[in-house]
Amino acid sequence: MHELPVTENILEIALRHADKANARHVKTIYLVIGQLASIVDDSVQFYWDIVAKDTIAEGAILNFKRLPATLQCQVCSLRFSPDQDDFSCPDCNSSNIKVVSGDEFYLEAIDIE
Amino acid sequence: MTQRISVVENILNANDQLAEQNRLLLNRNGVFSLNFMASPGAGKTSLVERTIIGLQNQFRLAVVDGDIATSLDADRAAAAGATAIQINTGGECHLDAVMLHNALGKLHLDVLDLLIVENVGNLVCPASFQLGTHKSILIASVPEGDDKPYKYPGMYRGVEALVINKIDLLPYVTFDMDYFQKGVEMLNPGVVTFPLSCRTGEGLDHWLAWVKEQVTYAKF
Repeated sequence: MHELPVTENILEIALRHADKANARHVKTIYLVIGQLASIVDDSVQFYWDIVAKDTIAEGAILNFKRLPATLQCQVCSLRFSPDQDDFSCPDCNSSNIKVVSGDEFYLEAIDIE
Repeated sequence: MTQRISVVENILNANDQLAEQNRLLLNRNGVFSLNFMASPGAGKTSLVERTIIGLQNQFRLAVVDGDIATSLDADRAAAAGATAIQINTGGECHLDAVMLHNALGKLHLDVLDLLIVENVGNLVCPASFQLGTHKSILIASVPEGDDKPYKYPGMYRGVEALVINKIDLLPYVTFDMDYFQKGVEMLNPGVVTFPLSCRTGEGLDHWLAWVKEQVTYAKF
């Protein structure tokens, strides 16, 4: 459900940067989403087609780059990327884990004309 | 000709900046604030009521209640003795910093010590939207099942305290406390945990003592 306001934010950021660069069209939007950020690509794409209509970003392609999460074991210090469900250390099996990265959710770049 | 422009801007930046303003506003007025998050039916409002009743002789309290519709929760908080503001999100699945900012404008913050924000019942989205509150509390409950940390990791990772409500139902439902706590430990090692029952009152004293300590020693 909250992908609608999120998509509106993406449009606002893209249009602001496009405007600064005197763009006529926004062709592509590059988004970076960490494995642990609860954002659904398909849902953003769905809302995008609605919110970007009649703007210079209408029809822009959304490019989603997914970053794997990085965790660090607090017992043996191993850094690893977890499987979907199992966050325990693949080496020593400890479940004492710190999340190093994986929450990213940002607009990296835009292609304009 | 196509040209690439580097942006690198956090998509929730606008929300996060307003959350920071909320935090500063609360700090300036010396109001300590908690954000209660949980699935629908876990007992957020019951814990709000119990917290009001347990601490209203010591602190000046207010509650901001987020729901998609109705003022049922704010009515319960008001009946328990606190100033209560209802936010109806009209379908939105979480509170965000804008909604809290508007609600803060309706409160006399200068005469408050503790503000409890009761988020919309949802185990996914509220974790992604900062409000500017000082501590986030997750209220789990026994009938939800012991697999919730595994299924909703984002929520369990981002909180400073965990309440396990409805422990009076442990004899009647399948809930493996060790399995549940192993999941919690994996996501949020060492998080302070309060098993309690809002219905019987068991375990509430530990929770109230913790909140009291947080409010008393809050550094703004």
